[in-house]
Amino acid sequence: MQNKEAIVIGGGPAGLTAAFELLQAGASVCLIDRNERLGGQLTKQTHMFFGSEKQYASHRGIDILEILTNALGKYGNKLEILTQTTVVGMYRDKVLACVKGDKFFKLKGEKIVFATGASEKALPFENNDLPGVYAAGAVQTLMNEYGIKPGEKVLMVGSGNIGLIVSYQLMQAGVEVVGLVEAADRIGGYLVHASKIKRLGVDILTKTSVKRAIGKESVEAAEIWDLDEQWQGIEGTERTLEVDTICVAVGLAPLTELLQQMGVKVQYVREFGGNVPVLDENYQTSVEGVYACGDLVNIEEASSAMVEGRIAGINAARSLGYDVENADFRIKALHHELKDLRGGPPGDKVRKGLKKLGVAT
Amino acid sequence: MRIKEHPILELAEKPPIPFYFNGKKLYGIEGDTIASALHANGVKKLSESIHLKRPRGFYCAIGNCASCNMVVDGEPNVRTCITPLKEGMRVENQQGKGHIHAK
Repeated sequence: MQNKEAIVIGGGPAGLTAAFELLQAGASVCLIDRNERLGGQLTKQTHMFFGSEKQYASHRGIDILEILTNALGKYGNKLEILTQTTVVGMYRDKVLACVKGDKFFKLKGEKIVFATGASEKALPFENNDLPGVYAAGAVQTLMNEYGIKPGEKVLMVGSGNIGLIVSYQLMQAGVEVVGLVEAADRIGGYLVHASKIKRLGVDILTKTSVKRAIGKESVEAAEIWDLDEQWQGIEGTERTLEVDTICVAVGLAPLTELLQQMGVKVQYVREFGGNVPVLDENYQTSVEGVYACGDLVNIEEASSAMVEGRIAGINAARSLGYDVENADFRIKALHHELKDLRGGPPGDKVRKGLKKLGVAT
Repeated sequence: MRIKEHPILELAEKPPIPFYFNGKKLYGIEGDTIASALHANGVKKLSESIHLKRPRGFYCAIGNCASCNMVVDGEPNVRTCITPLKEGMRVENQQGKGHIHAK
């Protein structure tokens, strides 16, 4: 078993900034990611980010990834990157069980930063397991990372930012978006994204959901129906859309399994799609020396994940005894950035979720 | 099913990679995962559900959900959505839970 000073699990936006802050403070970092390439979901985000300049607004996600990985470049000798490595187990004494290819090994970290992200939720409807029913992020991966169309005609389910952005990206790839259904009575994501696809002729149907997928070996059509005030389907309102793909964008659930294995205290928060770790103001979990950031702690935009990663990284470095320049001032400024990102009606859900966790917003 | 034109992405031509799917020779391209190469060839069914034998395709494409597990070079439960395609790979639809020991 190898001992490491700081281990960061997950190389997405939160993990990359956490690793950077640790390295900048002088710590040695072992960054682990199960994918071949670092970047998490940034690897497929071809759209421009909002927020402020500090979170690289008006840059595309794929370009932000380059900025973040370049920043790590100068710490070559202190940074160890383990890609295609999956952490399969966590022990209470900060020991990680890892698998890389056919090799199994253990690592122990003095401090550990978890940035494992979230996974996409599924939606229960008849035949929802047919090939052709794909999570929206999967469709994005297929198109933007591998240059492959998921199909020719798509029904999008869910009007959060992911559903809206992926609809636009489908059209950029030359795929027809036949319609977008949303169970709630209003559009969930930013109106700027919604307007963009509406202008291109996509119908956004609120209080509507998918009743079933139709097909034998893969999706051949989708049946949608109206929902009543209790979110139940109304018999007689069914209509069939000819599609070969149903894209499910109904939210994310934090990947807390590893944290829970090591006994970290979690709390169920509906707004964040499941259990999230209970954190102190330093983004430290209930286990001393174990930090968490990004979608794992609350489902938000990548912009917030990057800010949280910095806060967790600075605090982890300080707890290792490193003197971080202007640490108090920087952490205060980062908390302000988060507050700005969570402002306004689009941040309602996040603020509500954080309130349940006792976090001031 | 490969995207030919795109306003943002640069889609350079990449060298082909031959592989076998259920014994049939197919081609992916450099940078593909097994699942992306199969999808580009129009193959959507990757595995079967264990009990009811319903067809399964990929779902999450980031190695989370196990819906894309296939037998690759004799090894079962390979997450094909995050496994890079290599020349000559033998990829098969997985039936059941897979056998760890080679026959």
